[in-house]
Amino acid sequence: MGPGFFSRRIVGLMFFALAILVMPKTLPNDYYLTVLIFAGLNSILAIGLNLLLGYAGQISLGHAAFFGLAAYTSGILTATHGWPFLGAAAAAVFLVGGVAWLIGRPTLKLKGHYLAMGTLGFGIIVYILFNEATAITGGPSGFSGIPKPVMLGWKPVKDLEFYYLIWGIAFLIFLLSQHIMLSRNGRALRAIHTSEAGASALGINVAGYKLFIFVVSALYAAVAGVLYAHYVTFVSPGTFGFPFSVQLVTMVVLGGMASLWGSLAGALFLTTLPEFLRMVENFDIVIYGAILVLCMIFLPGGLAEAIHRIASLFVKVFRRIGLFSKREGAG
Amino acid sequence: MTQGQILQYLISGVTVGSTYGLAGLGFTVIYNTTEIINFAQGEFVMLGGMLAVFAMQWWGLPLPLAVVAAVAIVTAIGVLIDRLTIQPVRHRSPIHLVIITIGISILLRGGAMLLFGKDTFSLPPFTGGSPILFLDAAILPQNLWVVGTAILVLIAMKLFFELTITGKAMLACSYDARAASLMGINVGTMVTLSFAFSAMSGAIAGVILAPITLTSYDVGILLGLKGFAGCILGGLGNPFGAVAGGVLLGVIESLGAGLFSSGYKDAIAFVLLLGLLFVRPSGLFGKKMGERV
Repeated sequence: MGPGFFSRRIVGLMFFALAILVMPKTLPNDYYLTVLIFAGLNSILAIGLNLLLGYAGQISLGHAAFFGLAAYTSGILTATHGWPFLGAAAAAVFLVGGVAWLIGRPTLKLKGHYLAMGTLGFGIIVYILFNEATAITGGPSGFSGIPKPVMLGWKPVKDLEFYYLIWGIAFLIFLLSQHIMLSRNGRALRAIHTSEAGASALGINVAGYKLFIFVVSALYAAVAGVLYAHYVTFVSPGTFGFPFSVQLVTMVVLGGMASLWGSLAGALFLTTLPEFLRMVENFDIVIYGAILVLCMIFLPGGLAEAIHRIASLFVKVFRRIGLFSKREGAG
Repeated sequence: MTQGQILQYLISGVTVGSTYGLAGLGFTVIYNTTEIINFAQGEFVMLGGMLAVFAMQWWGLPLPLAVVAAVAIVTAIGVLIDRLTIQPVRHRSPIHLVIITIGISILLRGGAMLLFGKDTFSLPPFTGGSPILFLDAAILPQNLWVVGTAILVLIAMKLFFELTITGKAMLACSYDARAASLMGINVGTMVTLSFAFSAMSGAIAGVILAPITLTSYDVGILLGLKGFAGCILGGLGNPFGAVAGGVLLGVIESLGAGLFSSGYKDAIAFVLLLGLLFVRPSGLFGKKMGERV
């Protein structure tokens, strides 16, 4: 990744920011704005999970629990206990970070299947808590009356305001993740993914890095959870179950593991997909399954790799017919 | 709580635990040949019960034939899954394989939902429904069927792996697939066979449980997870441990539901599992894992 990579990175980010600004203007009606808001939330989640799953090679099947824990905490603190939004949000994010640290410390010693099982067990325990602690969470029928957020005098009410808030945060998270992955930390994580033994022989603190990225990715989920709770103003256990954890894994895998752009693409695609699948109701879950299997068999690099392949194919063709000189086409 | 009640909880715990054990046995068989954890194992259990119900409803088969048909179909599905989705990518990383089996489980569940609908069903008990009274506790004949079948399947597996050449060949694949293949063992066939076995033991679990608890398209998730939890509890890779772990889990769950709260029943199992994973990652009966690199 030389200077060329750097400039491409900036161009990509500018394109991303521009897309966020322009998108709402192209929508035929407000309903699609809601879909895009959810796509933004899912992007934050998928980027976080990708840091863990794609870059560091550690699977989590309990990410929906972190998302839900933050949503419930922030919702209950504001609605039941009258906390201000920012205080409740900070408390929720802090709590999830703490829980992730507590869970991660022993769990990340486990490898592969054990880790999958450990995170899954954690997810199920949290889901059952949401359902059973009826006095606090409202039980299976959910918890309503969560106020809209107020931040330094600004109170977003309209969907368009939420759209900019959520995608703005998604953009910052994307930026932060890119930074992490381009830094020393990112290289350490990729080394761990390739070979834990090799990484530790090079003096990399494997356990420390795994815990670090686990907590970071849980924190992202917490941010998404807070935003979700105060946008929808209602939370119920069903949103935060095992199926959603799997859906998040699907977004990362479909988009492309170890590709932040891929995570964006995966989240966007899988959030909008059900809108297209309305006419084949009940089939959507089957389609999720099929995407997972087919992607893993035929396209392990996901959409990111597919786009890359197609792009390099074009470059090759253009070079053949002499449109690009070698140097322009490079990279 | 009276002694009779405790006994009653024990009986239902052992019964349900036996099916966790059978599901866990399925995990173990596949894990032993491939080191893959098959997240679709619970779906085999679900399909076993559901197909038996529908073999009776649609084709008018008598119960024993319906049971045999269900187990046979699920076994065939297991083989098909292996040939279509696992064999082509067997050498990819564990994460890829885990994700593939998660995808398969979603496909099977969705397929069952489209095919059978979202209702719950049950099978008639294999031999009569009148309970046997034993020290203030009632034992249903079906309880005995479940426990007896689980024991039989376990013994059969054990004999197969210890006495037959094919069984030993499957074990050889688990130690070192490349070495096994150099010795002339067809690793691919062994993997397919392990999928067949695990689908079969899952389906058997589903079929014998269906008369006691209701079955529906989505019971597989939790049954599979419990099977896996039992497996880890007992030590992954050890068939005896899988069954023992499953039974233990069933008993703890059942007692927990009786003594504390039935709502938290499923959480008890997982809290226990997490606790154990942290303290003793190789399970109760598992060998200490010493990985050489």
